[in-house]
Amino acid sequence: MSPLNITKGATSHSAYDLRDPNAPVIETHTLAVVVDNESGVLARVIGLFSGRGYNIESLTVAEVDHTAHQSRITVVTTGTPQVIEQIKAQLARMVPVHEVHDLTVEGPAVQRELALFKVAGKGDARIEALRLAEIFRANVVDSTLESFVFEMTGTPEKIDAFADLMRPLGLREIARTGVAALSRGA
Amino acid sequence: MTRQMTGADMVVQALKDQGVDVVFGYPGGAVLPIYDAIFQQNDIRHILVRHEQGAIHMAEGYARSTGKVGVALVTSGPGATNAVTGLTDALLDSIPLVVLTGQVPTFMIGTDAFQEADTVGITRPCTKHNWLVKETDKLSETIHQAFHVARSGRPGPVLIDIPKDVQFATGEYCAPVKAKVSHYQPRVKGDIDAITALVEMMETAERPVFYTGGGVINSGVAASQLLREFVEATGFPITSTLMGLGAYPASGKAWLGMLGMHGLYEANLAMYGCDLMINIGARFDDRITGRIADFSPNSRKVHVDIDPSSINKVIRVDVGIVGDVGHVLEDALRIWKARGRKVNKAGLAKWWAQIAEWRAVKCLSYKNSSSVIKPQYALERLEVLTKGMDRYITTEVGQHQMWAAQYLGFEAPNRWMTSGGLGTMGYGLPASIGVQVAHPDSLVINVAGEASWLMNMQEMGTAMQFRAPVKQFILNNERLGMVRQWQELLHGERYSQSWSESLPDFVKLAEAFGCKGIQVSDPKDLDDAIMEMIRYDGPFIFDCRVEKHENCFPMIPSGKPHNEMLLGDADTQGVIKAAGAVLV
Repeated sequence: MSPLNITKGATSHSAYDLRDPNAPVIETHTLAVVVDNESGVLARVIGLFSGRGYNIESLTVAEVDHTAHQSRITVVTTGTPQVIEQIKAQLARMVPVHEVHDLTVEGPAVQRELALFKVAGKGDARIEALRLAEIFRANVVDSTLESFVFEMTGTPEKIDAFADLMRPLGLREIARTGVAALSRGA
Repeated sequence: MTRQMTGADMVVQALKDQGVDVVFGYPGGAVLPIYDAIFQQNDIRHILVRHEQGAIHMAEGYARSTGKVGVALVTSGPGATNAVTGLTDALLDSIPLVVLTGQVPTFMIGTDAFQEADTVGITRPCTKHNWLVKETDKLSETIHQAFHVARSGRPGPVLIDIPKDVQFATGEYCAPVKAKVSHYQPRVKGDIDAITALVEMMETAERPVFYTGGGVINSGVAASQLLREFVEATGFPITSTLMGLGAYPASGKAWLGMLGMHGLYEANLAMYGCDLMINIGARFDDRITGRIADFSPNSRKVHVDIDPSSINKVIRVDVGIVGDVGHVLEDALRIWKARGRKVNKAGLAKWWAQIAEWRAVKCLSYKNSSSVIKPQYALERLEVLTKGMDRYITTEVGQHQMWAAQYLGFEAPNRWMTSGGLGTMGYGLPASIGVQVAHPDSLVINVAGEASWLMNMQEMGTAMQFRAPVKQFILNNERLGMVRQWQELLHGERYSQSWSESLPDFVKLAEAFGCKGIQVSDPKDLDDAIMEMIRYDGPFIFDCRVEKHENCFPMIPSGKPHNEMLLGDADTQGVIKAAGAVLV
């Protein structure tokens, strides 16, 4: 069994990891951006991040208000406090952006991500994978005699942990949705 | 009452309803219906350019000199891609433009059709916002929204991509008052507590300085008036960026001159030594700050800007005020007066004495010559001979641009059009035509370098066709002067590709276009030639042969702070280290 080697915020999955290694404190923030669901709006937001050299750790988007044609983009980003402030200001001034919330500083928030894991194996490894899935409250959504597809919802850290456990047990593929987040309370 | 009309007619109607009187453009297959609609009316004048980049720069010159939104119309594909440089230029200098592009019909989008380009994709990062209109019913409202976005908040260029079938189809016209614009309403009033904090700092500051920028010009003439009143009432010194020249008059006694990389000694040292920096509508651009770590180390800083993302982007400030310059100045002036018009008189007297010492250095002095025309001398004479005239100046980009900013004086806003943020060679000639179209009876001079000028010289045809008597004052050193200067300072005097070979004969070129040209190389002939240019009724190309190896000073070398300026050639040996050499 490989040890759990997970430090909060230590891993980077960014497609645009342009951080200065000598920069001061790097923080991870989860931003919720409410935008008009118009054509090209996601390209606009992504273009802002790539064009100005900001990081995207995770990004999810879907329409949340069909009548108002509004989508919610949840983006997890990293940077120095000054860069985080810049990202928020740059997002807020875009024409189709209605609201920008920094869920990391606006009080407690819940973060969840959905992931699917395809694990192939036989014998003890297969039994061990199923046992661990139960411990992690992952559901089996597909099964053959040689494989499972597990579905799990949780924090990105929990999904990382489960992936690490599955790797020696025959992990073949992972699909992750990226983080969706809401502030706690009313 | 609903009004049905074609998309093409809607474009013309919406432009009229937005108060547009002139459009700069170039036709092509995907905008033919709009050109047909333009043909059948007389309210909107169309200026036919020679290249789409010229159309955008003309619209910029028009907008910058009038305070109105500039409008350009180009076709799909190459028409749109040729507009990209101008759009980026307008974005960086916050110039309000509405650019209309034709697009292939909606049913052909994505098929690599003839003259198809992903225009909204290409222009997304170089516009404030853009739209692809797929339904004729939405076209007129989108145009009204575009004007609103272009002129609201921090102004900027917007683009509307209109497929050809949308132009042909019939839909319902939406009047400007009915267009939904409520969601995009940037804040114009500044926070009163923050403004009060600024006033409190102003009351006690010993060494204050106003550092103003293009935001004052964009805010409107009233903002410049308020700024002048505030400066006179407080007696604080004032400097400005390249983009802000004219907001405070160059003849005003508190004027320190332009600051920055080629700014004046007294302006830059005042920025370095001040204890209170009041940034009004400027953005701490890298041409201004020099080395960030040593930027004005002992001052408290206040930043007024309509764009929240400008505040703390480069320089961390003590007080940030988000709002329109005019509104914030009005509130600040009112609060300052209500609190008793206090300033630190003793501190200010010492500060002005210090500034007088810096002024005594006379950083703009240069070694004149009786045999060759020094570029500085040419501009000094141009200034003397055109001062007091109803004059507008545009420039290209390079040494001549910096010398123009140093040696010409601007007494009013909207009189100085230059490419500041993007540094677009080829801007000045078309911009001068745009200015002249807006001000047909004024004297419009483009101060140019020969290399920049050649980049868009085809627009002389536009000037001739539309009888725009623009004066092209070309400081011809047969060099890319600024590139040459940097190669001398940074690259061991290896002048790689920085000279202008095979130049045209500018006098014959003028004749070929049907206008007048003159070549001057003797300083004695300069005044008469300038007067001839001014008096000539029509476009004029002035080939002013100047000293070939003159460097532009003062200069803050890359990677250096304000207090390490170079004042002349003697100071330049080995000043830029490797770390500075990687900067631009």
